[in-house]
Amino acid sequence: MAARTRPNVPGALGGWLWLAVTVLPVYYIVVTSLRTQADYYEANPLVPPSDPTLAAYGRVLDAGFLGYFANSVVVTAGAVAGTLAVSLMAAYVVVRGRTRFARRVFQTVLLGIAIPIQATIVPVYYLIVQLGLYDTLAALVLPSIAFAIPLTVLILVNFLRDVPEDLFASMRVDGAGEWRILWSLALPLTRPALITVGVYDALQVWNGFLFPLVLTQSESTRVLPMTLWAFEGAFGVDVPGLLAAVVLSVLPVAAVYAVARRQLVAGLTAGFGR
Amino acid sequence: MRGGPTPWMAAPALVLFGVFALVPLAGVVVLSFMSWDGLGAPGWAGADNWVNAAADPVTRNAVWLTVKLTVFGFLFQAPVSLLLGVYTASRTRHREVLAVLYFLPLLFSSAAVALTFKGLLDPNFGFGSALDLPLLARDWLGDPDLALGVVVFVVGWSFIPFHALLYQGGVRQIPASLYEAARIDGAGPLAQFLHITLPQLKYTIVTSSTLMLVGSLTYFDLVFVLTAGGPGGATRILPLDMYLTGFRSYDMGQASAVGVVLVAVGLALALGLNRLSGAHRMESRQEGA
Repeated sequence: MAARTRPNVPGALGGWLWLAVTVLPVYYIVVTSLRTQADYYEANPLVPPSDPTLAAYGRVLDAGFLGYFANSVVVTAGAVAGTLAVSLMAAYVVVRGRTRFARRVFQTVLLGIAIPIQATIVPVYYLIVQLGLYDTLAALVLPSIAFAIPLTVLILVNFLRDVPEDLFASMRVDGAGEWRILWSLALPLTRPALITVGVYDALQVWNGFLFPLVLTQSESTRVLPMTLWAFEGAFGVDVPGLLAAVVLSVLPVAAVYAVARRQLVAGLTAGFGR
Repeated sequence: MRGGPTPWMAAPALVLFGVFALVPLAGVVVLSFMSWDGLGAPGWAGADNWVNAAADPVTRNAVWLTVKLTVFGFLFQAPVSLLLGVYTASRTRHREVLAVLYFLPLLFSSAAVALTFKGLLDPNFGFGSALDLPLLARDWLGDPDLALGVVVFVVGWSFIPFHALLYQGGVRQIPASLYEAARIDGAGPLAQFLHITLPQLKYTIVTSSTLMLVGSLTYFDLVFVLTAGGPGGATRILPLDMYLTGFRSYDMGQASAVGVVLVAVGLALALGLNRLSGAHRMESRQEGA
């Protein structure tokens, strides 16, 4: 469409300027994580180290990083699996149920999209303590699911609505029960939406900071964002080590981005687009 | 035929959402009228928390800082996101490569972003020393006059890519025929931008702006790791004030009162969005059906 237009000079300048603003910090953490501690104090911070070393990464791994990484994997996997399972069932009721109850369910859940998590953290803390879940991984999984449900249900409902009525009807004529229809029709048909919103939910939980900060405290329940924060205190002047931990924490997400960029982008804007 | 799934299928989602989202929503209102140190049993406090919060100079300053962060954050993010979205919407090769790189900040957790900029902004070992410009080698995070500006910039760095994506999607939905007609009428690029792109992006602008405004109530984690509210309270925005009041000063009641304010403002802004863009949503859904 724009093949014949003149080159857009101010646009290009602005575009490259913002690229520099975006990439410079990323470049900085990678370069710094490859330095020795002595080099950090002596060298120009934006010039790559003359003899790059992975020693900083070694120090991070020695500090128990893999255990915290595993905690993040468990919490993220648990929260995403739980969110998708309960949200798909709820979305199915909303779309196929056609009762006033189903509409109420939907309206109630939609309310949640507008609740800022931050604002309810004191009662969430109270609740978790009362349930005896304080400082467990479940304390992170359960509220994460609750706050992911609204957007997830919304996206799945929009997607399920487009599935032709006839498909459900013909399965019912064949004598399939509702669970059977959910499992062998709704689930496979909504797969693209499940992946999209699942990727979004996963990113939110993986990078989430407030729940871990308030609801956990010991090293055995530490997840990655808390690890970075704790390292800042523990590593102190070891900036290369700290930034190596930052790189390691972003690496899995970057890998997902490299493999499934489209789904990640779609997931982030799903529900807000249009 | 009275088919349809049993409503019980919605029960797990409703229970989880009810217990961990709706109950806390009601709970924050209740707790704002109680005194609780976070350990013992909460007791009734009447309107004390509200009176204290309203009189607390720290909290009042936090409200003012939040307003400033919201306004300056919006003035920085909105134009840059809009322009980047428009720029990356065209499907030329190098702009698509740029779009891939623009996305990078979205992969970082707030803690990671904060630590990155702490290093980069260090007056002695950061980028100011690299370029050897005294103007840049300042104590960005230690100077009360500069810190809030730094927060505005870092928040923009993290969230502009998301809003640029929204605008990119919005621009790509504008029918090409509108531009062709304008070109035939002799409209230049600027006229096309002002008379076609901007009006057509009306709903995207509403959505993105509301998310920015509501978002500024939630920048807790980024600011917490970057400055912890300092120096000297210069960046103690409202959500941070709530956390520090509750979990550092152990005054959960007053923290809840601040929480109620955050919920109320957030809901009001979101409902405003719904009003403004509700009609549009119905339309586009019908088109898709």
